[in-house]
Amino acid sequence: MSANQFKSPVVRWIDHRLPVFSMLHHTAHDYPTPKNLNYMWNFGSLAGLSLAIMIVTGIVLAMSYTAHVDYAFDSVERIMRDVNHGWMIRYIHMNTASFFFIVVYLHMFRGLYYGSYKAPRELLWMLGVVIFLLMMATAFMGYVLPWGQMSFWGATVITNLFSAIPYVGESIVTLLWGGFSVDNATLNRFFSLHYLMPFIIAGVVVLHIVALHRFGSNNPIGIDTKGPQDTISFHPYYTIKDVFGIAVFLLLLATAVFFFPNAMGHPDNYIPANAMQTPAHIVPEWYFLPFYAILRAVPDKLGGVLLMFGAIAVLFILPWLDRSPVRSARFRPLFRIFFWLFFVNAIALGYLGGKPAEGIYVILSRVATAWYFLHFLAILPLLSMFETTKPLPKSISEPVLGSSGRAA
Amino acid sequence: MAKSDTNKNPAKGDVQEPGRRDFIVVATYAMAGLGAAAVAWPLIDQLNPAADTLALANIEVDISKIAVGQSITVKWRGKPVFIRHRTADEIARANATNLDDLRDPQVDTARAEKPEYLVLVGVCTHLGCVPLGQKTGEVRGDYDGWFCPCHGSHYDTSGRIRKGPAPTNLEVPPYNFLSDSVVRIG
Repeated sequence: MSANQFKSPVVRWIDHRLPVFSMLHHTAHDYPTPKNLNYMWNFGSLAGLSLAIMIVTGIVLAMSYTAHVDYAFDSVERIMRDVNHGWMIRYIHMNTASFFFIVVYLHMFRGLYYGSYKAPRELLWMLGVVIFLLMMATAFMGYVLPWGQMSFWGATVITNLFSAIPYVGESIVTLLWGGFSVDNATLNRFFSLHYLMPFIIAGVVVLHIVALHRFGSNNPIGIDTKGPQDTISFHPYYTIKDVFGIAVFLLLLATAVFFFPNAMGHPDNYIPANAMQTPAHIVPEWYFLPFYAILRAVPDKLGGVLLMFGAIAVLFILPWLDRSPVRSARFRPLFRIFFWLFFVNAIALGYLGGKPAEGIYVILSRVATAWYFLHFLAILPLLSMFETTKPLPKSISEPVLGSSGRAA
Repeated sequence: MAKSDTNKNPAKGDVQEPGRRDFIVVATYAMAGLGAAAVAWPLIDQLNPAADTLALANIEVDISKIAVGQSITVKWRGKPVFIRHRTADEIARANATNLDDLRDPQVDTARAEKPEYLVLVGVCTHLGCVPLGQKTGEVRGDYDGWFCPCHGSHYDTSGRIRKGPAPTNLEVPPYNFLSDSVVRIG
């Protein structure tokens, strides 16, 4: 359907002058999509939905929140007790933050398994890593706002990471704090930035989608679409599939919000912040634990900080570390084994990050950290040189319809 | 880069002479860059501590009530400051330490104006947690000073780092004794 075929004359009139309708039609309706996408391709739309939920609930929460060290904790408790539906809105905001990370981690593992980061989608992947970094910064600053014990000490530990930078580290930390410790100035700027950053994320998401639509989605077979017989239109085929995924997602989210709202949080954050006493066992939110484990695995301060940031930086250069021309793990028997080892190792890092830094946990963290970097810096480059891959089908249609590859 | 009319002919040589127009273009970019930097600086510097924050620079503490072996914690610049009235044994052990065993070598006399009173910023030099060891019954670590529970740094009776990830000794804040019983920190 071309632009001048919209039924409503009003839409036609507007579209002729401001082609938003044909643009939307092009990106979310006609957009040719590989016809073999499985449910692992649902997480992009779920991430978009999560961002929308976070922005809507966040804007509402900001209407009752007070960014001041003397009032922040109480204003959050007031939201929980007195503001109409406040408890629900805050629990939705809290739990969707966790679900956002679950969805994005699955989205990233999908990309890793099916080689979605390979040419010509390198920039698409790198924009995704930028979104991931922005998400982490936003989540970290949001966690500080309730001004509980974990808020305060999480903020202290994470901002102190920058003090590891030689020479200028201390000045940078003072600049971040606006004082000599995490205090009112810090809380105010974190609130300001926490409100801003989701909109920056939304901007990068637009770029992510523009880059995606340049070559279209990758698919479970990992070969390029060869023509119309390999694709179906996005609407209604994938809109309905995304809607089904959204229904399942919302079911799980509602279960968490209404039955286990604090399961992914930490009880210490319901104690007001106290600058004079650190909680006995401080842990970041679960989605930071793998990186926290890497930080603690290194017995040197600067080294720990560098490796932790390096763990994310290595994702940026992933398209150039894995040089194998075959994208999908389905046709890479060795890569598939190492992918699952990496997956288990990442879960193990998450587990270790939540344990105290002593005894066997330290040793295991070091092994897991070493494996994380070995996977990217040694195993992937070596596999791309020595692995014998399985033969690829000629087209997406071929495995289903035989060698003719013609759809009915 | 804009090319001037005078260097159109490549036969003149490999190096093209920069013309007057190139100079104007470069100068325009440079001025715009300087202008942007001049505007950016106040926006960045406003993040630094404000005048009223800087004004809260010192406090006076009465130390006459601290019994031997006891410690108190006071708040200075939003951070805890530890004041420990050390026992003779603690001072002796701090002095007996071989400097070669230290990650951040410092003699005890350089860290305490009066050896019986040790004054320290109670912030772990690793990532800023408050170490344990001030109250009776708290863990004091392998060297009987302080122990940071966050990432396992051990400090000795002089507040020097002995084991764990922290890079430097606990910081000694600027202070002076106004009398035998009052110390001013800051």
